Amino acid sequence: MSTDSISNEIVVTEANIEAQDRRAFLRRAGLAGAAIALAGCGASGKEIMAPEATASGAVVNPDGSIVLNFATDIDVLNYAYALEQLEAAFYVTAVSNAAFSSIFSTSEQRVLTDIRDHEVVHKDFFAAALGAAKIPNLTPRFGAIDFGSRTSVLQTAKTFEDLGVSAYNGAARYLASEAYLGVAGKIVSVEARHASAIRDILNNRSGDFAPNAFDLGNTPQTVLTAAAPFITESITVVNA
Amino acid sequence: MSSASSDGVLSQIDPAVLAQLHSRRDAIAKGASASGVVLAGLRMATVPAALAALSTNVFGQGARLPSAIIGVLNFALRLEYLESEFYNRGVAADGLIPLADRTIFTTIQGHENTHVEYFRNLLGSSARPKPTFDYSAGGGSGSGPFADVFTNYATFLAVAQAFEDTGVRAFKGQAPTLKPYKDVLQAALSVHSVEARHAAEVRRLRGNFMDMEPNQGWITNATTDIPGTAAVYAGDDNVIQLGVDVRTITAVAAKEITEAFDEPLSMAAVLAIVTPFIAA
Repeated sequence: MSTDSISNEIVVTEANIEAQDRRAFLRRAGLAGAAIALAGCGASGKEIMAPEATASGAVVNPDGSIVLNFATDIDVLNYAYALEQLEAAFYVTAVSNAAFSSIFSTSEQRVLTDIRDHEVVHKDFFAAALGAAKIPNLTPRFGAIDFGSRTSVLQTAKTFEDLGVSAYNGAARYLASEAYLGVAGKIVSVEARHASAIRDILNNRSGDFAPNAFDLGNTPQTVLTAAAPFITESITVVNA
Repeated sequence: MSSASSDGVLSQIDPAVLAQLHSRRDAIAKGASASGVVLAGLRMATVPAALAALSTNVFGQGARLPSAIIGVLNFALRLEYLESEFYNRGVAADGLIPLADRTIFTTIQGHENTHVEYFRNLLGSSARPKPTFDYSAGGGSGSGPFADVFTNYATFLAVAQAFEDTGVRAFKGQAPTLKPYKDVLQAALSVHSVEARHAAEVRRLRGNFMDMEPNQGWITNATTDIPGTAAVYAGDDNVIQLGVDVRTITAVAAKEITEAFDEPLSMAAVLAIVTPFIAA
């Protein structure tokens, strides 16, 4: 009964947000159309590939680079989707590596497998919630990670989890929708639980699980710079 | 043991966090006085005071907070009072915490005291005083279900887990109210994720780092092994997010789906959980 009323509220909120985003998108589409027309005028016989706008207004260029517009909630969610794609791919690769069961204890394997599942859930959830507005699948670049090395896997996991926490904490201020802020809040604390567990495995029974009384809230620029070595596609943000 | 020293408080805050807060453009946009207030806070060597000064400055001169958020901030302060005194007393209790685990709890203790100081400074004269607590959950009788909380380590860990998991859900529930006040929202979220780190650590400690569900770092379904804490976990088995039944869009099992999302608790639900721990 209460579940029904809650989901009704969310549907109404989403409808409002979608309407706002559609208006914003139409404005941008007008501008984008002008830019494409200009590019067409300058062409000398060669066909110019125009940047492709997703339904959100995120611009995906022919070279695969992505520009997220933080003036829309949808692209803040796309930012989260990008980071969740990265995390999910990392843990899927780590857990499926042949060395996984020999470099980690049974309980550590269980922790890492759980985290893999959670990150896959986050990725799948954002993909479903964003629908046609989602950015494309990213191509991970994990060449610098030694998946046969316990230290390499754990240190990378620590980097990704702390980065994820700081990303959600820093991006919340850009969300206009209470429903989206709510779901980001539901996820960030799970990322913080992951960060704590990974840090605990790395430095057991120390104070490392929570190094500060306040977690960082990083700007999207800072986060994307830190994530860039692990992602083939360039991702940049405007209006943040 | 009443509060951390200024040095202790200073050491709890990452310089990067400070630099970040100092450069907040909306604080600066409020005028030159911002830096003066912050510098005054720093001169007093109380970093939470400086952070709070920055946050209050966002609302204009005189540190008058919008009434809409005073209630939320006092709610947060109440939870931080509850946690900080709990750890102050636990760390001070002879023979309670094994030597190997002391660093974990002095770390959490330091954070909770810093959080108290932060919210007190933010609220200024609107801050409510610290209640008298009864950690047995006896409502002042001292003989509640957790009567041995400061003599039995297992009970202490169980109550710590319940407080931390409640804190995570409580802060999350107030995010929508804080949404218009971006800097306060971000600070509250930065406290919220630290509470989640604490929660995971305490849960893993209780499970002795083994796979004794539900003592993972995360909450499975709405499960708890601690008698009397069903309300702390009620509703955490939700699988519907933004109207999407997550079970229908992923290959991952429902159990892990519930672990992947921490659910909020309303202020009323949290106060009902906390009430038995308050004597007066």
